[in-house]
Amino acid sequence: MELLAQYLGTEVGRLIVGLIGVMALVAVNALFLIWMERKVSAHMQLRLGPMEVGWHGFIQTVCDALKLMGKELITPEEVDRPVYLLAPIVVFLPVFLVFLVVPFSSSIIIKDMNVGLLLILAFSTIAVLAILMAGWSSNNKYSVLGAIRSVAQNVAYEIPLLITVMSIVLTVGSFRLTDIVAAQTSYWFVLTQPLAFILYIVCATAETNRSPFDLPEAESELVAGFHTEYSGMRFAMFFLAEYTNMFIVSAVASVLFLGGWHGPLLPGLIWFLLKVYAIIFLMMWFRWTFPRVRFDQLISFAWKILIPLSFANLLITALVLKL
Amino acid sequence: MIELDIEEKTYHLNLGPQHPSTHGVLRVLLEMQGEYITKAEPVIGYGHRGHEHMAENRNYHQFLPNMGRVDYLHALAYNQGYCMAVEKLLGITVPERAEYLRVILSEFNRIASHLLWVGAYLLDLGAFTPILYCFDDRENILDLLDRITGSRLTYCFYRFGGVTKDLDDEFIAGSRAFIKRLRGRFKDYDNLVTKNVIFINRARGVGFISKEQCLLYGLTGPMVRGSGIPYDIRKSEPYSAYPAFDFEIPIGDTGDVMDRYLVRLREMGQSLRIIEQALDKLPNGPIMAEKVPKRVKPAESEVYQAVETARGEFGIYIVSQGDVKPYRIKLRVPSFGNLSVLPELAVDTLVADLVAILGSMDVVIPEIDR
Amino acid sequence: MMTYFKEIVSGFWSLLAGMAVTIRYFVKPVVTVQYPRKKIQMSPAYRGYPQLILDPETKTHRCIACEMCARMCPSQLITVDGAKFPGEKQKRATKYIHEHQYCSLCGLCTEVCPTSALEYSKEYRLVGFRREDSVLDHLILLQKRQKAVGLPPTPIPTAEEIAAAAAAEAKEKEAKAKAAAAAAAKKAAPAKEVKE
Repeated sequence: MELLAQYLGTEVGRLIVGLIGVMALVAVNALFLIWMERKVSAHMQLRLGPMEVGWHGFIQTVCDALKLMGKELITPEEVDRPVYLLAPIVVFLPVFLVFLVVPFSSSIIIKDMNVGLLLILAFSTIAVLAILMAGWSSNNKYSVLGAIRSVAQNVAYEIPLLITVMSIVLTVGSFRLTDIVAAQTSYWFVLTQPLAFILYIVCATAETNRSPFDLPEAESELVAGFHTEYSGMRFAMFFLAEYTNMFIVSAVASVLFLGGWHGPLLPGLIWFLLKVYAIIFLMMWFRWTFPRVRFDQLISFAWKILIPLSFANLLITALVLKL
Repeated sequence: MIELDIEEKTYHLNLGPQHPSTHGVLRVLLEMQGEYITKAEPVIGYGHRGHEHMAENRNYHQFLPNMGRVDYLHALAYNQGYCMAVEKLLGITVPERAEYLRVILSEFNRIASHLLWVGAYLLDLGAFTPILYCFDDRENILDLLDRITGSRLTYCFYRFGGVTKDLDDEFIAGSRAFIKRLRGRFKDYDNLVTKNVIFINRARGVGFISKEQCLLYGLTGPMVRGSGIPYDIRKSEPYSAYPAFDFEIPIGDTGDVMDRYLVRLREMGQSLRIIEQALDKLPNGPIMAEKVPKRVKPAESEVYQAVETARGEFGIYIVSQGDVKPYRIKLRVPSFGNLSVLPELAVDTLVADLVAILGSMDVVIPEIDR
Repeated sequence: MMTYFKEIVSGFWSLLAGMAVTIRYFVKPVVTVQYPRKKIQMSPAYRGYPQLILDPETKTHRCIACEMCARMCPSQLITVDGAKFPGEKQKRATKYIHEHQYCSLCGLCTEVCPTSALEYSKEYRLVGFRREDSVLDHLILLQKRQKAVGLPPTPIPTAEEIAAAAAAEAKEKEAKAKAAAAAAAKKAAPAKEVKE
């Protein structure tokens, strides 16, 4: 233990232990989230969901993962091989790296950077590059269509996301995530900026390609979108990246608006996880209630409604701060 | 088929026979320019089973189960149409209680068909829960009909001259409970679907059908009622026990997808009214006519009978030449005409709109291909 | 300007109303039944495959092999064979085969039978590994049901018994014909005598 504490003191040691912890967290999180999604959707639809394997189907996801690992990795002939093989990795990597700066509790944070929030926003944009790589390299007309739409959607919804986050940063005066959490000791920011919270949740749902904005992936109209040509474990990487992305945006939401790890009796980590999973439940609730938005309405919604509203929010925040 | 025409910049896309949406085996050949469709052509025939040919080789009794399979979602109305046509040929009058029973069961089946349509349509649009709520309601109807007819989907319950089995008290109590329950559920459907801004944006202003198009293409059913023409065979050429009931025909004003959806939703409410009145006024009496020949051998004649099904006007035309087997039975199905207007509606729309329009037509492909 | 904000607010409110419906259903009990751990009661009118009724008085079936059901079936899937055994008034079925893979459960066979020998079974768990598993021999199934309630099973006549019965039948017919001819001759003879 002494050695571990000493090791944790050094920078490199902290990083390595942190990365191992993050890998474990990502795996467990994905397993839990897939089970949660199936159970939440089932109960909203008046049915039971997985019940056979384990207690109420708890081990179902493990069995599904094992099945996926046993599938053949088919690579179509005419694909752009390096890009095709890199795409699942590129979609997963930034999500991993974002975990460096997320404060799980007052002491558990791998690297407390003073531009933490900026790092998160920068890295989540790399996922768009990965989607484009996947769609283009598949040599499939439908994949390219799906990828182009996804890129347009992601870029359009980045802007209100950034502006909304700016209004919080303006209030606190720093990009450091631990500072933002520390500024919410007396009241949470969701109470003073409810509009920002709503805008952030909507933009986050669109960023992670979840319903009602799930055109890139659930094209029941034509085909499966940009990951049509991926099978087996490669497809699982896209899936994993999506669920981990959900965790990330919910973590950022809880840090920015819901007070991070603050809470009465339980330890900070438990409160943090509770808040994160509450927001994930909210996103799942959206998915199983609303129909899909048509593509042109999606873009016009972002440009004509979300951006003006987020600008208005920023202006009002600035005005209030001045006064 | 992927062709890139560099000069015109259009390419072909195939909404293939294997479809994620639940219409059946329909193939739509699209010619697209970027995101917009310039030409759409439905290709049918994947489900041809030869019902009309079967009719020439079976006698009148043996053809009864076929009618349930032509359109399996409103099988009782097709069954009723066929039985009424043969009764016309033979000159049999159906006793009143049997007519009331036929109306009650057909209206239940109409509600079940519309419920399935609402669920499947929203599944096309991407909402995954309303279909399960609709199927929960539909399960109640199917259980009720199962008590009487013994089947859940492809009923073969009406016979020439009446029906095979009578109602019992449990059915009547069950139907009244169901009517009450469904009326309460309409409010949930309103909140979840009808008033939802995402659904309204996808359905309003899409797929306009004008009154001239209705006449030109021979559209029937909720398609014309959504465009404002109050044509319903139950009111224009009343048959069976319908003249005894008081119900309205819901119509829309503009003829877009939202109007057709609202027409079908309100039709369910009107069907509930009809069932209630029929249960209140149910007369006593026999359920089968007295003199029904065991060997049906009509005189040499022709007959046409039309009934109003959930999709529109189903017409059956029988030519008999005095034999035990009909010479020719022609089935006029509503989905064939309803689908034929798709090429005109699909021009200059997005693929997402095409799916919405196709869903709003409520086509059942097996009945187009027969 | 005002309509812009009004639309946003009303649209947002409709979304919240929809979410309220879903969360209400989230806490409701489920309506599904976990088959095969729990089974549902089938309705009394359920149409399983048509089977021979086990008559409570005669403790056997009522089929007289008139072949009305075979002729009425739209899919021509019933095969009936019968023979008249000596000492019995009517024919009796010796073979009743029903090919269930073609059956459409229309019920015409049950309705047209003159002795009401057919009813719908309540069997829905029909599983087989080959197509031949769906060909039902109803005399054998009747024996199974009789055994299940403790009744003596109706023996299925073998080919020799049928042949013997046919031969006995033919003999009886011949004897009857002879007797009828003799009676007719006798009648004619006294008439002739009377005439003369």
